[in-house]
Amino acid sequence: MSKAARTHGKPLDFARGRVELSHGSGGKASAQLIEELFQSAFANAFLDAQDDGAQLPLPALAPGQRLVIATDSHVVAPLLFPGGDIGCLAVHGTLNDVAMNGAQPLWLASAFIIEEGLPLADLRRIVASMAAAARAAGVPIVTGDTKVVERGKGDGVFITTTGVGVTYAGSEISARRAAPGDRILVSGTLGDHGVAVMSKRQNMDFATGVVSDTAALHGLVDALLRAVPDVHVLRDPTRGGLASTLNEIAQTAGVGMRLQEQALPVREEVRAACEFLGLDPLYCANEGKLIAICPPDVADTALCALRAHPLGRDAAIVGHVVEDRHCFVSLHTVFGGERMIDWLAGEQLPRIC
Amino acid sequence: MKYVDEFRDGARARALAALIHAQVQPARRYALMEFCGGHTHAISRYGVPGLLPDTIEYVHGPGCPVCVLPVGRIDQAIDLVREHGVILCTYADVMRVPASGRQSLMSLRADGGDARMVYSAADALRIAEENPTQQVVFFAIGFETTTPPTAVVIRRARERGIANFSVLCNHVLTPAAMRALLGDGAAAARIDGFIGPAHVSTVIGSAPYEFVPRDYAKPVVIAGFEPLDVMQATLLLLRQINAGEARVENEFTRAVSRDGNRIAQALVAEVFQMRPSFPWRGLGSVADSALAIRAAYGEFDAERRFDLVYREVADAKACECADILRGLKHPRHCKVFGSACTPEHPLGSCMVSSEGACAAYYSYGRWRERAAEATT
Repeated sequence: MSKAARTHGKPLDFARGRVELSHGSGGKASAQLIEELFQSAFANAFLDAQDDGAQLPLPALAPGQRLVIATDSHVVAPLLFPGGDIGCLAVHGTLNDVAMNGAQPLWLASAFIIEEGLPLADLRRIVASMAAAARAAGVPIVTGDTKVVERGKGDGVFITTTGVGVTYAGSEISARRAAPGDRILVSGTLGDHGVAVMSKRQNMDFATGVVSDTAALHGLVDALLRAVPDVHVLRDPTRGGLASTLNEIAQTAGVGMRLQEQALPVREEVRAACEFLGLDPLYCANEGKLIAICPPDVADTALCALRAHPLGRDAAIVGHVVEDRHCFVSLHTVFGGERMIDWLAGEQLPRIC
Repeated sequence: MKYVDEFRDGARARALAALIHAQVQPARRYALMEFCGGHTHAISRYGVPGLLPDTIEYVHGPGCPVCVLPVGRIDQAIDLVREHGVILCTYADVMRVPASGRQSLMSLRADGGDARMVYSAADALRIAEENPTQQVVFFAIGFETTTPPTAVVIRRARERGIANFSVLCNHVLTPAAMRALLGDGAAAARIDGFIGPAHVSTVIGSAPYEFVPRDYAKPVVIAGFEPLDVMQATLLLLRQINAGEARVENEFTRAVSRDGNRIAQALVAEVFQMRPSFPWRGLGSVADSALAIRAAYGEFDAERRFDLVYREVADAKACECADILRGLKHPRHCKVFGSACTPEHPLGSCMVSSEGACAAYYSYGRWRERAAEATT
């Protein structure tokens, strides 16, 4: 900070200041924001080099190992929600996309689109949360970009992150590999993030103890793939929830799926909130859960590996893959009936009566 | 969840199913109309038909608020945003209902119009208070369940002197719709009995259905929206039908009395008056079937404030919602079901709301049909 203050005169006023258009213009104000905020928070040698990009040491790959790149844009309202904020979400979201390719993430890049007028205090809190999430994950943010758009042309801040990683030797993870007979596992309770965020939306604002499950899952994936290298599919059921993600996989692999409602882990508070709002937890977003699909003979081993990890304590085997040329996902209800779990059409909307 | 799980218990469902199987007479079929979309939703979501004999058919009724709303009323809402620049607030399901010219309130938003989804009428009033320089209109829709809350906000707007708030009232009445349905020979001939509304009945009570057995000799069993409620009501209806009886029975005694909620009724009577007639999708123009805002509260009536004119708009040609809403056709008999008309691109509003027969059947039930196709 002392160095920044010397270069730019008056330091940024994080207590009362707001983001101005000049912070994204590429001039001195931009440089000051980058130095005093991003560089100091993300602190690593790649950023300190101050080049236009990061020059990365390519790891030696074993035969069959591949590089993975994944990118994800994060837009969420409100920016701060119970259990997290857009900053840690932007780190976790992309780390998880890399991890769901059966890869260990190595580096992250981030791009900010900030709306003029965003309080610098909010931005600092978001950036600090990103930095903490990246540090905790052991994955540095090595390059980035910042743009500022006029007031009214953004929603506070949008963050795009890109992650690069390397696949585990001996693993081949792809939705195409879901095969009849495979077991479907989830790593924990469903719908927490969706309900937590919704509880703080304008017009909703209901009191609930539910907090977002936002978390980086590469540690859990590491534990799982070490125990069961032959996992066929990994996915994180984010937007659209478990229902939409399973439909995507079923469609890609040309298979059907049968789930047991009894086996689905859903928190009591989430179930109650969904019941009250007329929503379905199976369509609510998750940000710290994964779906694993693996052959039946290793399903129990996979379950034990997940449950042994702190992020997989509530893991469960929730169903199996079947042959079905219609690629339907169906659910055996606790009630004893059978119903389809369809794609989500449009947004999930509460009912009237 | 206490007080909810008890009504979704698998063991109790099997026990009830056994009683229903024992009650069914082998030679006959039973067509039971569930009036409400809430029941349609429960039946589909929990897979109730899978537990029952094939000879029991649930016929979906017109009790889905957006399904019966004529396109011309949505056009009025769109005009309010387009021509008058208002902030239009409404319940979520209304947002995707197809209006004229392939528009919807959702597509209007994409074009820059300010249409907002609210969870309660009170939210719309709050938006008006927060935007004092803009006109805010609450597009009120629903049967008797959602009418008292609309009355409450109109009164509150008066008390607080909120001059930029008004209501476009589309509240409709359940008993009038049942009478219209039974007055149609084809529909009446097809239905053996009614599963009566849950939430609506908490407000109006069970007495308003008494004309159904009296004038049309059909039994009515008022039931809650949980799957065990539906099964219990099914059993009670079968008993009446088999015994040749027709009366109003109340399965939903935990919430419904004969007289209903008198306070809510008084509130509704204070703020609203009967419209001479109102257009329904499926039922056509029905006398004494909908409410308008009384002159005493006329300043909050968007129809007066903006001089709105209602223009009738024909439904999409291929859409068979009209017959489906009267129980004459099953969604699967509609030529465009699942092809030109899907929840992503609905032609008719029965495909929009999760309470709509087509959407419920599409989302939860169509695998049954395909599976049958595959094996034959």
